Amino acid sequence: MAIAVPQTTELDISQTIDWLKQKYPDAVHDDTRQGFGGVVVDKSMLVEVAQAIRDDLGFDYLSSATAVDYLGISDHMEMVYHAYRTTGGPALVFKAQTDREKAEIPSLVDVWLGADFQEREAYDLYGIQFSGHPNLKRILLWDGFNGYPMRKDWQEAYFEQEHKPFDSRWPGGWVHRAEEKNVYGKNVRYPDDIDLARLSDTSEATLYSGLGLGVDVQELESDGLQTDRLVVNLGPHHPSTHGVFRMIVSLNGETIETLEPVMGYLHRNHEKIGERNSFLHNIPFTDRLDYLSSMGNNFGYVLAVEQLLAQGARYQPPTYRAEVIRVLMAELTRIVNHLWSLGFLLNDLGAFFTPMLYANNEREKILDFFEATAGSRLMCNYMRFGGVFADLPERIHSVANLVNDKVRDYNTMEYLAQMITERLPRFLEEYGRLLVGNEILRERTINVGVLPHDLAIALSTCGPLLRGSGVAYDVRRADPYSIYPELDFDIPVGVNGDIYDRFMVRFQEIHESLRILKQLLPRLEQTKGEEVVTKVGHTPRVPVGEAYGRVENPKGELGFYVVSEGDEKGPQNPWRYHVRAPSFINLTALGPMCRGYKVADVVTVLGSIDIVLGETDR
Amino acid sequence: MSQLDLSELQSTEFPVPDELQGNLAITSISKLYNWSRRSSMWPLLFGLACCAIEMIGTAASRFDLSRFGMEVMRGSPRQSDLMIISGTVTKKMVVPIVRLYNQMPEPKYVMAMGACASGGGPFKEGYNVVSGIDKYLPVDVYVPGCPPTPQALLYGLIALQKKIDGQSLANMDDVPWYGVGPAEPTPIPVLGPDIIDPRQMDLIRRQAQMAVQGKQFAVGELPALPEKKAEPKKVEAKATAAPEVAADMDPVKAERMKKREEALARKRAREAAAEKGE
Amino acid sequence: MYGQGIAKGLWITFKHLVNTYVDDIRYAGRKYVSQDNFQVRQGPKSQGAYTVQYPDEKIAVPERFRFVPFRVDSDYDDPERPGQDWCTSCGICAKVCPPQCIWIVRGQDPNTGRPVPQPEAFFIDIDICMNCGYCAEFCPFDAIKMDHDYELASYDRTSRHIYDKPKLSKELRYWKTIAPTRAVEEMEARGGWDHKDVQKEKAKAEKAAAAQKAAPAAPVQTNGGAASPAAPAAEAPAADDAEKIKAERLAKREAALARKRARDAEENGGA
Ligand code: SF4
Ligand code: SF4
Ligand code: SF4
Repeated sequence: MAIAVPQTTELDISQTIDWLKQKYPDAVHDDTRQGFGGVVVDKSMLVEVAQAIRDDLGFDYLSSATAVDYLGISDHMEMVYHAYRTTGGPALVFKAQTDREKAEIPSLVDVWLGADFQEREAYDLYGIQFSGHPNLKRILLWDGFNGYPMRKDWQEAYFEQEHKPFDSRWPGGWVHRAEEKNVYGKNVRYPDDIDLARLSDTSEATLYSGLGLGVDVQELESDGLQTDRLVVNLGPHHPSTHGVFRMIVSLNGETIETLEPVMGYLHRNHEKIGERNSFLHNIPFTDRLDYLSSMGNNFGYVLAVEQLLAQGARYQPPTYRAEVIRVLMAELTRIVNHLWSLGFLLNDLGAFFTPMLYANNEREKILDFFEATAGSRLMCNYMRFGGVFADLPERIHSVANLVNDKVRDYNTMEYLAQMITERLPRFLEEYGRLLVGNEILRERTINVGVLPHDLAIALSTCGPLLRGSGVAYDVRRADPYSIYPELDFDIPVGVNGDIYDRFMVRFQEIHESLRILKQLLPRLEQTKGEEVVTKVGHTPRVPVGEAYGRVENPKGELGFYVVSEGDEKGPQNPWRYHVRAPSFINLTALGPMCRGYKVADVVTVLGSIDIVLGETDR
Repeated sequence: MSQLDLSELQSTEFPVPDELQGNLAITSISKLYNWSRRSSMWPLLFGLACCAIEMIGTAASRFDLSRFGMEVMRGSPRQSDLMIISGTVTKKMVVPIVRLYNQMPEPKYVMAMGACASGGGPFKEGYNVVSGIDKYLPVDVYVPGCPPTPQALLYGLIALQKKIDGQSLANMDDVPWYGVGPAEPTPIPVLGPDIIDPRQMDLIRRQAQMAVQGKQFAVGELPALPEKKAEPKKVEAKATAAPEVAADMDPVKAERMKKREEALARKRAREAAAEKGE
Repeated sequence: MYGQGIAKGLWITFKHLVNTYVDDIRYAGRKYVSQDNFQVRQGPKSQGAYTVQYPDEKIAVPERFRFVPFRVDSDYDDPERPGQDWCTSCGICAKVCPPQCIWIVRGQDPNTGRPVPQPEAFFIDIDICMNCGYCAEFCPFDAIKMDHDYELASYDRTSRHIYDKPKLSKELRYWKTIAPTRAVEEMEARGGWDHKDVQKEKAKAEKAAAAQKAAPAAPVQTNGGAASPAAPAAEAPAADDAEKIKAERLAKREAALARKRARDAEENGGA
């Protein structure tokens, strides 16, 4: 650490890269591939360089770590890391490369704790060994699964063709079901050397043995009080886990000693399918990530692809009105999501249904607007590259096609204005009176599930979880996109980092969203008539390169890492399509947050993270 | 139900299912029975994926499931009658689902909500996705859509109620749970190198043997799949209810079973006679 | 004071309870007479909760609502091309469909073997369809649209969940009913209620006719009303064989209606 240039933590990206190259001339090189940026770090020096990046350069926040398989292009595998400063600014991208056979890369868990789950995911799906990782085992799939599915040479049982569109669909598209072509009639394929005699389900055993504890009940003495030490399994079918999520908790009496999240029960192979899809095909698939805030997911993905498109010719960025509408949708989505999560947090606290139902009533009103604008209540599929699907309708109006249909008809702008300026503020005020002062709520949440702010950063948490711990990090401010720079809003932060703070942060964020929405209404009026529908067709030519688009989704920072390798005539589909899922990475903090609290607090802590399984497991 | 002679019903010799011993007014009991079953169908409280959000939306005040007596979402499978498969079923999740299903008491119903639960949906091609829960469990109603709106789900629930209304206590196909002997639990799949349905073990073994010789069964020349036989719930239950399967049945039940068979034979004979007479 | 917050909360829940009934009383009796009850109580001005009594009253869905797609045919009593398929089997919908659930067999001329602009078969597997709306959005001929019929629950998927051409085909009139404004917008973009290709032919014919006399303005019918059959778009071309043409049309219409009846019967039989 000889070079002590003052203020290395304020260098911009190109200066940072120069600094790194100067300091590690043998280990750090520019990534010279066309359309790519950042540096390639020699893997033997990776940990050291990463430490310098964190400590000397101030990139204290590891946003995303993901693997890419370049089979057929340069025949190696690569880990791609995106690190940010929590004070704001663009990403430092660095990569480490390894052979496909015997893939091995040193683990960065010691540098950024938040790399934990992401490295496990890369191990699970790509088979990269991370030397030095404390708990390297499968995370989304089960122990014993055959192969590493995200590798380019791994094919599913229903595999039909490398890229969509499939040739069998047109012009000679006689229909078939995929199972009709499978010997087992199911979506399965077994290795040839399957040995049924020795077949047993090892996944559970590995799960428990990996915890380093027996399942037996032992008696222990602690503080003179006799308590049992036992292991409790919660989920995947558990009413309060917000979906199919599972936790294995070891308790001492009622106090939590360790907590191990187990996920993958909704692993729908989003990324594998996404790499077969064309760029356009992926938009409705992103709806199904965080299915409570589909508009926000669309937004993140189109931003990533637009970054690539912008490097090509003949691309027109979205018009101002299109941007306004996008932000309108994103903020409405934030309200929808926070209403839902507040309601369910209360559910987890035992306030069954009343707060949830009240919040849901308001949510339904916004969903009606989504339905009239985008066509569906949940799966909006509304954003397109360079614009949106269609302008806001003149009237929110329904058409009867059955005898007993009840018709409604409102003016869209009036509807919006009434919601934004009257109904939602009134509701929030009332909801606040209903909940904020409630003594039971305060006692169950204040000083429970505390996450100190340095730990929150190290664990790569994001969204209200990070801000609840007092870190004012919001992508809308830290790395602004769309028209956020010209909008006036604050970033609510907590102080203690407990559940109550997160609850309040969400509450305040709804207020801030309403503030933004109020600024958008006049902009919508002014830009009336401007074209919002994109000129980009259904098979855009996406230039070669990589892009990382991120937005501040209600659950936290949602990032899309997209690599395009398409040539001018070849298949137009992403080579790599990775989702940096906020719910997934936030779960890294679940274990540390629960330690030392009572078992009844587990569901509350989980509720305060606000996960959604579609995104966690993808 | 049927033209069973009332006097025969009253006779002690007529086999009455255990659960109904002492309830001798069977005449329109079917109706009452159907009415009570369909008006208090308690769903199992569990959501799998995006469709679950619409399911919760349906249960909320705007659409309100309690108008159908279904608001009591039970957390325990042992207290619920209806399993709404609301979302994508993954291979990892199908194991607990089948286990939960086995824990539900009869009569139990399964509803596949959404494209994913019915046939795999948009994620069908995925390596960890079960393309349709009906590959493992008997499904009573399918509700297409991605996601089905609350109204579409309600329509599906009403369709299920209609199905129940059409059932009759006299027909053992409709109420197999009054059959003799315990119902066979659905075999629980195993997570091996890929998910393994125990009902297909034989086929997998034969495939593996073929693979040693470098061959594979083609799809066309499949040896009969054992699971195909057992797929619809009713057929399966019928098999358990048939007297010859119940070799180790306890004698009282066997006796009763015999009597029931005799009664039914008499009934059939009578019907045939009546038909001739007409 | 401890418990104040709880008491306040209880007061609010009580108010919610009362609010619901306030609206109930205000609209008592009017519920079954007019729509405005529904309009207000489902809108942003509502108070309290209001439950939609689903099978008895249904929320009509907005125009852009999407469920499973359907294919547009000309009306079965269309004077010119009764029951004609609008799809030209160009295959774009099959390409843009994200989960690839559209199967199209392109039609072939039985004599020449050359492709004709008519699909021979058309399937959608609704167990895969994600209701995304791309097919309708990118179809250049307005030949596939998103349906509003969500009441599709069935007891058996193997036989009923792959929709084939007859099951998918609906009349243009139906599209006009469920999406009046959009149907009109599309009509204006095309230049008339007929299929795009027909419009082109017509435009050509009109140009030719314009040499002799002033061309009649494109027949724009803005009435998006429900059951109005498409107006006879062009005047009968020539007077002398008018009789013949009329007879031909009648025959065509009869045939189309018969087809439709057969199809309906089949549907009902299968149900
Ligand atoms: S059917 Fe659609 S909405 Fe339902 S779980 Fe599947 S992807 Fe999600
Ligand atoms: S895009 Fe339209 S015209 Fe082309 S095949 Fe599809 S439905 Fe037919
Ligand atoms: S709605 Fe989407 S998924 Fe369904 S058929 Fe059309 S393009 Fe395919």
